[in-house]
Amino acid sequence: MNKHLLILGGGTAGTMMTNHLRRRLPAHEWRMTVVDRSDKHLYQPGFLFLPFGKYEESDIVRQTRDFIPHDVEFLQAEVDLLKPEDHAVALKDGRELHYDVLIVATGCRTAPEETEGMLGPKWRVNVHDFYTLDGARALRDKLKSFEGGRVVIHINEMPIKCPVAPLEFTFLADTFFRERGVRDKVTLTYVTPLSGAFTKPKAAKKLGHLLTDKGIELVTDFVAEKVDQEINKLVCFDGREVPYDLLVTTPTNMGDEAVRRSALGDDLDFIPTHKHTLQSIEYPDVFVIGDATNLPASKAGSVAHFESETLTDNVIRHIQGEPLKEEFDGHSNCFVESGNGKALLIDFNYEYEPHEGNFPFAFGPMKLLEESRLNHLGKLAFRHIYWNVLLRGWPLPGISRQKKKPVEA
Amino acid sequence: MKKTIAGTEVDVNEEGYLTDMSQWNEQIAAAIATEEGLAALTDAHMKVVRYLREQQAKGAALTIRSMGKSGVVTTKELYDLFPGGPLKKASKISGIPKPVGCI
Repeated sequence: MNKHLLILGGGTAGTMMTNHLRRRLPAHEWRMTVVDRSDKHLYQPGFLFLPFGKYEESDIVRQTRDFIPHDVEFLQAEVDLLKPEDHAVALKDGRELHYDVLIVATGCRTAPEETEGMLGPKWRVNVHDFYTLDGARALRDKLKSFEGGRVVIHINEMPIKCPVAPLEFTFLADTFFRERGVRDKVTLTYVTPLSGAFTKPKAAKKLGHLLTDKGIELVTDFVAEKVDQEINKLVCFDGREVPYDLLVTTPTNMGDEAVRRSALGDDLDFIPTHKHTLQSIEYPDVFVIGDATNLPASKAGSVAHFESETLTDNVIRHIQGEPLKEEFDGHSNCFVESGNGKALLIDFNYEYEPHEGNFPFAFGPMKLLEESRLNHLGKLAFRHIYWNVLLRGWPLPGISRQKKKPVEA
Repeated sequence: MKKTIAGTEVDVNEEGYLTDMSQWNEQIAAAIATEEGLAALTDAHMKVVRYLREQQAKGAALTIRSMGKSGVVTTKELYDLFPGGPLKKASKISGIPKPVGCI
């Protein structure tokens, strides 16, 4: 008996699932294959630091193969179509792979083409992004020589990967320009389609002051109709305009194009997924993890990590014909850079918004929803944990897959 | 917390959004619309409200994109109907949660 488990995507979620399941599935019964268009694994949290010269490319790029067990086949190939009715996946090179169980971990991508004018002649001249390696690199070069002017940080529409990153970028930009002695020649404006930079009551109350303290202007409820590159302005559907000298935008995020070609996604090509089991809503032998899902959880590495623990158990249960655990609770945990060498730590799930308290244990040592240098050091140390622990599919000590209930103050 | 809107006691959060969409009725919608500075709730408003409530009941995420694509209303019209903040105002009037980020 030789069955086949196929994983589409060798990013954070796909790599973790590969490592988890290779340890759980007997090699003589199950062969495993991972498919990804790239042979490089990118440490995506590093894209936030690269533009400011805090990380080099060598800190954030590794070979995918080095994180995949030797007895798992890695195919560098572009997926053309998912054919769940046939238990098959067609690759663009003409090959067709058949599976018994499929895990879709194809992530999300930025889609600047979704906004009129964004990809005009000044794309990556004074209209930049930092969610791609190319984008982060171009922005680093731009910032090196930026002497002053209106810097606008913009979120085009929700949901986006790592939803706090644009705000972190804004805080880090404040520190960057301060350190270079040009902060008084720069205005920073944060433009969001939401009703505020902080939309959850506890975070808004605790952190709302950060923007005013740092002299960051806030524009809310702004849905961009277009980027007018001739006059360097962002234009809202209601006619409001935000002028910029440097626009740092977060384009619309969408799922993989193969999902659209296969007609398996929603409006944004995210795949309908059971929010507690991670099984595809439509196809029982298909599971979806990470940014590729339509779950109302953050699109973030920590979420993929917690999901991977539940999904591993559920894939095994599914194979054994047992009922799935309705276990995943939307748990997310992230460090949020707040500038000046400090960071916050937030912990939340579907039910509980980010709150104050100690983490990961009742006594700390870290504090939630509070700026500290320790949290910033935690964020920097996390890169090593990512490569050596997280991607390998090892548990993080003291951090459970389900969120611990907040202790009432 | 409890709040009486248009003579009905309902559960709301700190910002006045209904926390139980089943407590909503059209009189409540009209009262919230007045609070939000709208002159009146027209048929055009109500089409949006009904669409939002249907989507919410299905568990679909409320996005400008899905509304624009719904055929119910264009994004421009949405700003005309709910000036200043269409998503937050329309969701409040519809008795559903407003779209939020993670913090």
